[in-house]
Amino acid sequence: MSNIGRAFENGKAFIPFITCGDPDLETTAAAVRAAVKNGADLIELGIPFSDPTAEGPVIQAANLRALSGGVKTDRVFDLVRELRTDVTVPMVFMTYANVVFSYGAEKFISTCAEAGIDGLILPDIPYEEKDEFLPVCRKYGVDLISLIAPTSENRIGMIAREAEGFIYLVSSLGVTGTRTEFSTDLDSIVGIIRENTSIPVAIGFGISTPEQAKKMADVSDGAIVGSAIIKLLAKYGKEAPGHIGSYVKEMKDAVR
Amino acid sequence: MTNKNGRFGIHGGQYIPETLMNAVIELEQAYDHFKNDAEFNRELAGLFNGYAGRPSLLYYAKKLTEDLGGAKIYLKREDLNHTGAHKINNVLGQALLAKKMGKTRLIAETGAGQHGVATATAAALMGMECVVFMGEEDTKRQALNVYRMRLLGAEVIPVKSGTATLKDAVSEAMREWTTRISDTHYCLGSVMGPHPFPTIVRDFQAVISKEIKEQMLEKEGRLPDAVLACVGGGSNAIGSFYHFIGDRDVRLIGCEAAGRGIDTFETAATVSTGRLGIFHGMKSYFCQDEDGQIAPVYSISAGLDYPGVGPEHAYLHDIGRAEYVAITDEEAVRAFEYLSRTEGIIPAIESSHAVAYAMKLAPAMDKDKIIVITVSGRGDKDCAAIARYRGEDIYE
Repeated sequence: MSNIGRAFENGKAFIPFITCGDPDLETTAAAVRAAVKNGADLIELGIPFSDPTAEGPVIQAANLRALSGGVKTDRVFDLVRELRTDVTVPMVFMTYANVVFSYGAEKFISTCAEAGIDGLILPDIPYEEKDEFLPVCRKYGVDLISLIAPTSENRIGMIAREAEGFIYLVSSLGVTGTRTEFSTDLDSIVGIIRENTSIPVAIGFGISTPEQAKKMADVSDGAIVGSAIIKLLAKYGKEAPGHIGSYVKEMKDAVR
Repeated sequence: MTNKNGRFGIHGGQYIPETLMNAVIELEQAYDHFKNDAEFNRELAGLFNGYAGRPSLLYYAKKLTEDLGGAKIYLKREDLNHTGAHKINNVLGQALLAKKMGKTRLIAETGAGQHGVATATAAALMGMECVVFMGEEDTKRQALNVYRMRLLGAEVIPVKSGTATLKDAVSEAMREWTTRISDTHYCLGSVMGPHPFPTIVRDFQAVISKEIKEQMLEKEGRLPDAVLACVGGGSNAIGSFYHFIGDRDVRLIGCEAAGRGIDTFETAATVSTGRLGIFHGMKSYFCQDEDGQIAPVYSISAGLDYPGVGPEHAYLHDIGRAEYVAITDEEAVRAFEYLSRTEGIIPAIESSHAVAYAMKLAPAMDKDKIIVITVSGRGDKDCAAIARYRGEDIYE
């Protein structure tokens, strides 16, 4: 089992998403530590991209705030190295294919492994295009995380059988952002995934309240929350880490 | 030209969220079926000829030819199509396909507004719902087209994210498609995006080069020496090139928007200044910074103001089959004015980029040579912007 499996050993997992450099990298570091201290099982770190096509308005704005603050890919790697002096929970990157491709797949993924990143989530790399990065990910022991959506239908088994680390199950149609309704057949999707793989399944997109997180974790192995945390960063800026800590505690208590 | 998974050499592919994968697979299967369906092709030909006004003229520009003093110049008059541009060719094809697939709603992105107007037109004709995403900046530059789309019954959504231009309109249309797939077809306006769009759009636009070839053989008894077209995403260019790709003696020249110059940051000339990347569903050349962040490109032409280029163009560039040149705002505006005065034809500012290169190329060629310029659209929509560029304020 990869290092990511450890995130699912402490009851159902709670996985917060934080955009690196929003509003600055010091705040990101403090936010990660606050989340870990309050029970986060795995940290999903977003490397900002100019045109994040899978994101709703909240995370789009975070990407732009981070980029206008001058965040560079190399500074994000420095952040990870600094976090790894004391943070031991698994950490994965979420970014877009061009950020990795532009840096050079081999250089990017080997640096991930060296700095202490356990996995890579690329929402614009579907099953058909994963050979772009998968061989290099395997070479350096970085899990390329597969996403499954409510529209995946006949593709679920195929994706699940080859998935690594954990499966990111998209809760509903559309882009990231808080919402009130979720796909009604998550239960049966998880069922098909379970028939095809033993790796954990976490559900993300649109989850913001403890009740929603509990509901999602009940049918899977964990809940991923992005926009709700990014809203705290947008509202409180450098003062956000304290608020993120309390929020993570409440959410972890709900899912565990 | 495409192999499996829609590759043109190393370019193309399907770099999109999993949520959309079954939608593009369904589209590919439907297209593979209907492209060989006699009834579909009969209906499409009926729309082309009976509604859009095809075939478009291949017009011998005698005054232009004499004034430039070199190669004989023909204009492929896509500006004479219904709705005033080549965009209608692709839209009629996709709308008919969507209808056959049981879709009731079309969404589209638009830059200059020509593709949006064409999509709104096809939706009106076929009784479909239509939503068009347009960068807020472009809704100001092209206010007349916004009104036309609304008049045709479409909803126009101004996109405020990013640079509020064409690339942001594409991103927003993709986002919208992920929220509503079952009844909605994304009517992509250029030879870009994930497979099968670059192939579908090229096939529907290929009617341009099919006609040029027939018309040229009829008028001159031979093929042209060069075909020129402007390139943003590249749909009118690939349409103009396609049936000549195998004719190695025909030069294929794509004219990109250099904006204020390819040595400035205010440019949209992707082949000249971009590098290989992955964006908007495809691998191709993109204007981007050293970290892979997509560049905020600029051109006076809202239709060429895009940081990427279609994957088949990237491939034709790689293998040296097509040439790509960069034309500045100033050169394009001069060509806009020049063609208007010389031939009484007001070209779109996009098409003016191709005219501008012909103004350099034709005088350097012998009089027995022939070039074809595709006038992809008409320039009425641009008059207010060009007047502003020349320091004159007029009411639209």
